[in-house]
Amino acid sequence: MSLQIDTLGIQRRGRRLLDGVSLELQPGELLAIVGPNGAGKTTLLSAMAGDLTPDCGAVRLDGRPLAHWTPLALARRRAVMPQASRLGFSLAVRAVAALGRAPYRDRADAAADTEAVHAALLAADILHLAERAYGTLSGGEQQRVQLARVIAQLDLDAAAAAPVLLLDEPTASLDLAHAYGVLQLARRLAARGVAVAAVLHDLSLAYRYSDRVLVLKDCRAEALGDPRHVLDAALVRRVFNIETQVVDDCLLIRGPALPAVA
Amino acid sequence: MSVTEASAGAPPQLRFPLLLGVAVALLAGAAIAGLAIGAVPLSPREVLAALFGQAIESRHETILFHLRLPRVLLAGLVGAALGISGAVMQGLFRNPLADPSLIGVSAGATVAAASVIVLTGGILPASWQPVLLPLGAFGGGLLVIALIYRVALVNGTTVVPMLLLAGIAFNAIAMSITGFLVFIANDAQLRDISFWTFGSVGGARWQTVLMLAPCALAPFLALPWLARALDALNLGEREAGHLGFRVEWVKRLACLCTALAVGGAVAVSGTVGFVGLLVPHVVRLIAGPLHGRLLPLSALLGAALLIGADLVARTVVAPAELPLGLLTCLIGAPVFLSLLWRARGEFAA
Repeated sequence: MSLQIDTLGIQRRGRRLLDGVSLELQPGELLAIVGPNGAGKTTLLSAMAGDLTPDCGAVRLDGRPLAHWTPLALARRRAVMPQASRLGFSLAVRAVAALGRAPYRDRADAAADTEAVHAALLAADILHLAERAYGTLSGGEQQRVQLARVIAQLDLDAAAAAPVLLLDEPTASLDLAHAYGVLQLARRLAARGVAVAAVLHDLSLAYRYSDRVLVLKDCRAEALGDPRHVLDAALVRRVFNIETQVVDDCLLIRGPALPAVA
Repeated sequence: MSVTEASAGAPPQLRFPLLLGVAVALLAGAAIAGLAIGAVPLSPREVLAALFGQAIESRHETILFHLRLPRVLLAGLVGAALGISGAVMQGLFRNPLADPSLIGVSAGATVAAASVIVLTGGILPASWQPVLLPLGAFGGGLLVIALIYRVALVNGTTVVPMLLLAGIAFNAIAMSITGFLVFIANDAQLRDISFWTFGSVGGARWQTVLMLAPCALAPFLALPWLARALDALNLGEREAGHLGFRVEWVKRLACLCTALAVGGAVAVSGTVGFVGLLVPHVVRLIAGPLHGRLLPLSALLGAALLIGADLVARTVVAPAELPLGLLTCLIGAPVFLSLLWRARGEFAA
């Protein structure tokens, strides 16, 4: 089953943050959410995570509105990677990643937890930092620790229902190699059946790695579909005000669009 | 490895059972010293014999079971309550400076207790005092925690200056109200109030021990559940919610546990400052910040510290007694300053 978003509208303090967005996130797909600042990307992701209650429309997982899920049942089906996370008290990296196993606390299966944490550290390429204190790491390294934590939270057991992974700008403070690494990792997770949605700023990454891309503009869905069709030069110019060109199946950013001559 | 790195959460080198054993041994040592030392010295052997039910000299038995044992138990319970409530509050606020006495929770409880003392002399019957005193202290503490929580948390993040400044405000309000109560109190009430504001376990009776025990031990019942939830809360409120915790319940439970423990401690011993700040901080340096270790170790070390401090308070200027609260501030504040000094890099970030 999947995460369904049905004509979702969200308002806060009289301001419209999302208006009539519909979408179905399928198991095994990587969906990129792109759009200029203030377009509603993070709001959409928060609503998909169940943090925001819709003012109209609904977000359903397995056909049930998110509000009807218990927090624990939901935590076993979906993980959310925050934009940036500071700890109140600095922990060792391994201990931070181990917090991702909290939803399985009643199983008390220490061996499975240890294994999941190890695999997650390896996947996020921070196994060599496992004993370091989180507070001493760079922003990019901290982000990879948070990534390891949410991977450890996913129940990748083939018998279980496909989990949902929501990533809020997962590549924001990463160097280029790790930014590509995170998207490759997201692809591998999708190949194992995980439904992945990622807010991305880098259109080249969205073009290259996503199965589908959702373009948000002014709180509405501007376009949704295969990035090779959706992210054409005309749409990107209209929405982002930049010029792009596709070369060898790579989206190149050429620079800001020139103002239209009157 | 530097101290700052250890406090920044580098993995603790010592295993938890070992640490627990050391803490229990410290507590047992402090308790035996507290029972043995005093105006009439008893030997540790005599103390242990009496505790295990063997007959000792009857005068010594009276001293042990009617004077020293309740006092040691009371000091231990107050220390455990303050240690664990400090650790819970710091987990809740995600900040090591959230101490019940520093941010005004103890002051709130003290004002409520002083009000009860003054009111039960005149408006309310004096027989209500034993019931109203702990209830009032609990209510006063809970009110201040709830208010601080409103003031100091913005979008789920503790704004440290707000936390401390609100603490100053609450302490100032509490001080002025206490001043007013002192103004209208009669002589007997005045003595009671000054005893409360200085902090002491000198009033220990079996009755007071039994009154405090349920309040001080309440956080332990919630501990297994609270520890994991506070660990998750370390990531942030929203993140803890994503990990399947009912964050609102966790916060309410944490506030309730703290108010119970602090209110109970204040009702029997007045304001004993800095224990809730000092003890968890030291434990974090040794055992790391995971609450499964932090909460029980803070309780044990808090108990050991307060039994030791009370021993010093009643023997160092014998036959007079130093106020316990003055002593803990005197020990706690400089040690805390030195810890702050070494860890100041963390706060600058």
